[in-house]
Amino acid sequence: MTSAPVSQALPAQLAEATAGESALRRFLHGLPGVDPVGLESRAATLATRSIKKASKLAAIDLAISMVDLTTLEGADTPGKVRSLAAKARRPDPDYPDTPPVAAVCVYPDRVADAVAALGPAGVPGGGSIGIASVATAFPSGRAARAVKLADVRSALDAGATEIDMVIDRGAFLAGHYGTVFDEIVDVRRVCDAASTPDGNPVRLKVILEIGELGTYDNVRRASFLALLAGGDFIKTSTGKVSPAATLPVTHLMLQAVRDWYQLTGQRRAVKPAGGIRTTKDAIRYLVAVHEVAGPEWLDPYYFRFGASSLLGDLILQRRTQLEGHYSGPDYVTVD
Amino acid sequence: MAARAARKTVPAKKTFTDFGDYAPAPESAAIGRIQPRYQMYLDGAFVDGGGADLTTVNPGTGEPLATVATAGKGDVDRAVAAARRAYERVWSTMPGAERGKYLFRIARGIAERARELAVVETLDNGKPIKESRDVDVPTASAHFFYHAGWADKLRHAGLGANPTPIGVAGQVIPWNFPLLMAAWKIAPALAAGNTVVIKPAETTPLSILVLAEIIADAGLPEGVVNILPGAGDVGAELVTHPGIDKVAFTGSTAVGKQIQSALAGTGRRLTLELGGKAANIVFDDAPIDQAVEGIVNGIFFNQGHVCCAGSRLLVQESVADEVIDKLEDRVSTLRLGDPMDKNTDIGAINSAEQLARITELSATGDDDGAERWTSPCPVPDRGFYFPPTVFTNVSQSMRIARDEIFGPVLAVQTFRTPDEAVSKANNTPYGLSAGVWTDKGSRILGMAQAVRAGVVWANTFNRFDPTAAFGGYGESGFGREGGRSGLAAYLQPDAKDQF
Repeated sequence: MTSAPVSQALPAQLAEATAGESALRRFLHGLPGVDPVGLESRAATLATRSIKKASKLAAIDLAISMVDLTTLEGADTPGKVRSLAAKARRPDPDYPDTPPVAAVCVYPDRVADAVAALGPAGVPGGGSIGIASVATAFPSGRAARAVKLADVRSALDAGATEIDMVIDRGAFLAGHYGTVFDEIVDVRRVCDAASTPDGNPVRLKVILEIGELGTYDNVRRASFLALLAGGDFIKTSTGKVSPAATLPVTHLMLQAVRDWYQLTGQRRAVKPAGGIRTTKDAIRYLVAVHEVAGPEWLDPYYFRFGASSLLGDLILQRRTQLEGHYSGPDYVTVD
Repeated sequence: MAARAARKTVPAKKTFTDFGDYAPAPESAAIGRIQPRYQMYLDGAFVDGGGADLTTVNPGTGEPLATVATAGKGDVDRAVAAARRAYERVWSTMPGAERGKYLFRIARGIAERARELAVVETLDNGKPIKESRDVDVPTASAHFFYHAGWADKLRHAGLGANPTPIGVAGQVIPWNFPLLMAAWKIAPALAAGNTVVIKPAETTPLSILVLAEIIADAGLPEGVVNILPGAGDVGAELVTHPGIDKVAFTGSTAVGKQIQSALAGTGRRLTLELGGKAANIVFDDAPIDQAVEGIVNGIFFNQGHVCCAGSRLLVQESVADEVIDKLEDRVSTLRLGDPMDKNTDIGAINSAEQLARITELSATGDDDGAERWTSPCPVPDRGFYFPPTVFTNVSQSMRIARDEIFGPVLAVQTFRTPDEAVSKANNTPYGLSAGVWTDKGSRILGMAQAVRAGVVWANTFNRFDPTAAFGGYGESGFGREGGRSGLAAYLQPDAKDQF
C-alpha cells in the first residue's frame, strides 16, 4: 500500500491506520457500529423542522448556491452543456439576484464545452462556477487503474476544477480496503499535479455509491476510507444506482466529517447526489447539515447537492417566497 | 509527494444566520379553542362541582390559561354512583363488539381533533408542540384503537374462557402526559367492561376535558366515564371510596405508598405506576452516535418529566470521554423555548413548584461534588424553564444518582465490567425501566434478564406502544399497562373457570 499524501498532517492514530492493509482493516472495523433504526428515526425527526419566512428564503438561496448542476447522459451534446452552463450562471433571468450554482458537472469529454461556455473557473473577471467532471470510468468504475487515471487526466487537461471519482465497490465489498485506498490516493496525486487557472487545488469528490454498499456500517467505513485517502468530499451516489442519496445516509456522512474535524481539525465536505428533487427535500438536508455537522458546514465549499431537476423547483419556490403566490413551472426555464 | 497546496483564495464567505437561527414557526394557539372556563364531566353531563375553581397556568408563559370547576363534597359520591349504575345497567352486560364500537369512535375522535388536542396539551402542560403532536396525541389514539380491538376478544386474553370485568375503577393520573395517561387508564378499563371515575392532575386538567367532549360526541352511555378535576384531596377521596372496586394510580411513590396502605385489607384491587431512576447503560461496542441520541431522548424527552426517564447514564469507562463529549455537543444543539414553536426541542417545566424542586435537587449535585455542565442555550425570561444539565463525576451515594429529579438533569457514572453495570443499575429502590446499548445481541438478552426493571429498551429508549406492557418493580409500583398483561388489571377470571 502506498502512504497517503496527507498522512503527515494526521494524528498518530489515523496515520497508523494507513500503514498497511491489515492496519486499515483494523481501523475501519474498529469504528463504532451504526444502529439503522436509531439513525433513521433521528433523520425522520429532524425532517419535521419547520423552516419558514426569512429562514426559508435564506435556505433556498443557500441551496441554489450549493447545487452541482449535473448532466450525465449518453446523449449530452455541446448544446446541452451550453444551456446547462447558461442556467448555472443565471438560474432565474427574471431575478438577477438569484445566486449562481456552485458548479456544473459533466462527463470528461464535455468539460471543454463547459469551459467554453463558462470561461475558466475561478479566474477574476471570468467564471466563478466550478467545472466538475465525473471520472474513473464513472459510474461503475470497472476499468484498469491506468484507464481511470487517464480518464481523470483528460478531464483535468480540458479544464476541470473538481473531480468526482467513484470508489471500487467490488474491491471494497471483497474486503480489499487497501486497493480502494490506493486508488483514491493515486487519483488525489493526479489532481494535485494539475493546476487550475486560479491556482487553487483541484477538489476531489469521492463517490461511495451507497446503493451498492448495502449497510450503514459499510457507509461509515467507506467514508473514513475516503477521508483517510485525502478526498475533499464524500459523495453518496452516482445517481445511476437506486437508492441514491437518502437523508439517513447523508446524516451518517455528515457525522463522519464532523468526527473527522474533531480528530484532525480538517473540515471536509459532503455531497448527496441523486433523488433530491424538491425544495422541501433540500431544506431537510440543510437542516441536517446545520444540526449534525454544524453551522460552519452551511457553505457551498463544504456541502453540495448533486442534482439536475432540483434547481427548477428551488427557483419556483424562491419566486413563491418573493411574490407571495405560486407561479407554476412554465415560468421557470427548462434547460 | 508534496503536501497539497493550501487553498489560496477563500471564496466570499456568506453568512446564512437567517437560516441557521430558524425563523419562529409557532403553531396557532387559536386551534386549541381554549375556553375561559371548563366544567367537570359527570354522568354524561358537563356540570359544575362543589369545589372552588382552579386556575390552570400556561407554563410556557407563566400566565393563567383557564379556570376549571373542581369536585367538592358529594361529587365523588355522585360520580361513583353514576359509574355503578352505568356498570350494572349498561356497560358490563353490553356485548364486547358493541363496547368496541364506542372505543373505535373515541379513537377516531382523538385522531380527528388531533391538532386541537396537541395545542391544548402544549398550552396546559408546557411540552413542545412537536412532542404532543407526534407522540402524545397519536399514541393516545392508538391506545383506544388497540383496546377497541380487544373488547370482543377478551376470552383470548389468557384469563380463562369467560373473564369478567371488575366493576367501577377509580383512577388518578399525573401531569406529565395528561391525555396519554388518560388513554392508558380509560381504554383498557372500558374495553374490559368496567366503568371509570378519573381525576386528572391539578395543573393539567384541560386535555382530558376535551377528551370528555369526544367521549360525549361518541355517544358513550352516561356514567361510563366520569372526570373530576381537583387537587390531591379529591384523589384521596376517590381512591379510598368504598364504592370503588379497583384503583389505578400513576404518580409519585410517596402518594402510591399512602394509597396502598389505605387500601390494605379492603380487598379492592390496586395497580401503581410510580417513580423511577432508570439506568441507561452504554457499552464500549455500542453504536455511539445512536446511543447519544438515545441518551438525549431518554432524559430530555418531555423535559425529563417521564417516570421511566433514563436519568442515570452508566457508560463504560473506556468510551466515557468520547460519549460525554459527543453528548454535550449534541445537547448544545437542542432548542429550548416557546413550547408552541414547531422547532422547539425542550419546552417548559410544568409548574413553578416542579422548577423549584429540580433547581433544589440539582444544587445537591454541586454540593456533593459532582461536576455540572449546562447547555449554553438561551433561556426565555418568562415561563418556567430549566436548561438541559449533565452531571459528571457522579457517585452512587449522591442524591442526584438516587432521587428522582423529574427534570432535564442527567447523572453520568462509569463502569468497568458488565457485572458492575448490573449492580449499579440495580442499586436503586426503583425498577421501572432501563436501556442497554451494545452491538452484541447476547449481551442485550443477558442484561435484560439481569437488570431489575419492568421495561428494558435495547438500542433505543422511551418508545411506547399500546401492545407492549409497561410497569415496574419495587418502589416503581406493580401491575402492567398495555398489551395483554395490561388487560389483566381490569379483568378477573370467571368463578366458573376456577375449578
